[in-house]
Amino acid sequence: MTPLVNVQRLVKQFAHGGLWRARAGVRAVDDVSFAITRGETFGLVGESGSGKTTTGRCILRLIEPTSGRVEFDGRDVLALGASELRAARRHFQIVFQDPYSSLNPRMRVGDIVEEPLVIHRQGTRADRTARVAELFELVGLSRDQRRQYPHEFSGGQRQRIGLARALALNPSFVVLDEPVSALDVSVQAQVVNLLLDLQQKLGLTYLFIAHDLRLVRQICGRIGVMYRGRLVEVGTAADVFERAAHPYTRALLSAIPRLSPGARLERIPFDAAGFTPQPLKEHAPGHFAAV
Amino acid sequence: MRSAQSLASTVTAPSSEPLLDVSGLTTVFALAGGREAAAVNNVSFTVGRGETLGLVGESGSGKSVTALSLIRLIQPPGRMTGGRILFEGQDLARLDERAMRRVRGRRIGFVFQEPMIALNPVYTIGFQIRETLEVHGLATGAAARRRAIELLEAVRVPDPARRADDYPHQLSGGLRQRAMIALALTAEPSLVIADEPTTALDVTVQAEILDLLRDMRRQFSLSLLLITHDLGVVAEMADRVAVMYGGRIVEQAATTSLFANPGHPYTQGLLACLPERAAGGRLTAIPGTVPPLGQWPAGCAFAPRCAHREPRCEAAVPGLTAVSATHDVRCVLAVAGAGGTP
Repeated sequence: MTPLVNVQRLVKQFAHGGLWRARAGVRAVDDVSFAITRGETFGLVGESGSGKTTTGRCILRLIEPTSGRVEFDGRDVLALGASELRAARRHFQIVFQDPYSSLNPRMRVGDIVEEPLVIHRQGTRADRTARVAELFELVGLSRDQRRQYPHEFSGGQRQRIGLARALALNPSFVVLDEPVSALDVSVQAQVVNLLLDLQQKLGLTYLFIAHDLRLVRQICGRIGVMYRGRLVEVGTAADVFERAAHPYTRALLSAIPRLSPGARLERIPFDAAGFTPQPLKEHAPGHFAAV
Repeated sequence: MRSAQSLASTVTAPSSEPLLDVSGLTTVFALAGGREAAAVNNVSFTVGRGETLGLVGESGSGKSVTALSLIRLIQPPGRMTGGRILFEGQDLARLDERAMRRVRGRRIGFVFQEPMIALNPVYTIGFQIRETLEVHGLATGAAARRRAIELLEAVRVPDPARRADDYPHQLSGGLRQRAMIALALTAEPSLVIADEPTTALDVTVQAEILDLLRDMRRQFSLSLLLITHDLGVVAEMADRVAVMYGGRIVEQAATTSLFANPGHPYTQGLLACLPERAAGGRLTAIPGTVPPLGQWPAGCAFAPRCAHREPRCEAAVPGLTAVSATHDVRCVLAVAGAGGTP
């Protein structure tokens, strides 16, 4: 079965990283390859600066990659011209981390959700109004809330609005870029459950980008670990969390605070200075590590 | 040259008297329309000498307003309306601003989530530590310079003599947090208030900072008031935990007791909604959201979100029930002496 999303040797080099002086090119994403099968949730974890967010944006061409190949449903996304890309965009969408800055504060939330339908010239005005009402109910909001403005909603509700907008065009693939990390703990679980419900109901495929390792383990089938632009380990949640092969993955896992008082694990240090990029090797079926 | 170790204040003999004894602390904020609402409502807790108390809550629970009230940094439209804050033999609630300035930074140090709030961007790290030493009359000139480097060394800033001449923006997030901890410890306070000290950091850097705080606590015989929303951080660091919701402490217990037998439905919900090892599963969510200030219900603030809600929950704020000698729960269902779950 062909994967829905196939990323091959993706590279993103930012030419001038410095504000005051030109710096040598920084490889934010360095030779990254992975595939996501239909209906799967693939988790991409790493610390700030690891390149996980840039990878997600390159796949959607919100940032133009320097080189590499991204196939979506068998088509080469990077080869699409501007108008083809616009048309293809309805199939892959993104939900951003910050529900406070990602919604236009001057637009009614109903119009925010309707906007992609207008841009893609979907249906009549009446059709679109009906679709927006349907989307509001799909994400657990009341259709009567359509005429309100973003500031009238809590963080969790705003993230539901962002999700309704992302789903307006019936995409098959959604990049979730830290979708719950700006939310309070008690609200995170509601939004995570909604994401799981929608995936089941609509047959969605997710790329879930997060730094919360406990959450990634809970909801992702397979996980990729990024470090300094490189994918250092890929495997099932069990491969990565129980049989971590890369020293960085082990260090990362040992840093997670334990929820049982007194049961602190010994931290495993990672020799950052000694890190050299290595190709991924298959250690066990489906479990790859760059060692 | 004195080593960092020898600078630590001599260990105080165990005393039954807590270092910080807060009772009835209430801070209100003026809302539109002339109404006032209590962001912190009749809050009482103690922090013992050498003890770490974790103050846990979500945004809007009142935990940061509690911290600012303790050091009397509440600005209008906020106003502290009541309470006693006994610290080292004086009631901070009654001190004038002049006297308060001798406590702030000198006897009570602070560590914030965002180091750039505490660090002045136009002065070097070393200058800021030296200035603190001079303001509090602890050292001047070459002695202050030596002491600044020692402090940076104590918080494990590599190459401290050179780093002392760096400006805050030249440091990474983790090093900046270390510099802020050095600054907080400069005047050898007995209490450090750390408000979400690791929230903005990556998990590996967080682990280093938590290890450092643990070491500093021992080395400097510190008491720590650790404010966080992260129960993992609390489990690792705190001796006791106070859980806040709707401006009140709803549960207070020894850390092991809280994690083993959470007594308040809110605490139970917070623990239950954390992702655990059961893969592929839905999470147990708490319905609803934290209401904004001014819209908290009379009675138990958590009642509208609570699965065990009864009519009496909405009638009056429940009192604290001692389910054990070290464990108080503010819930009508809590049974005195039961030691556990309602």
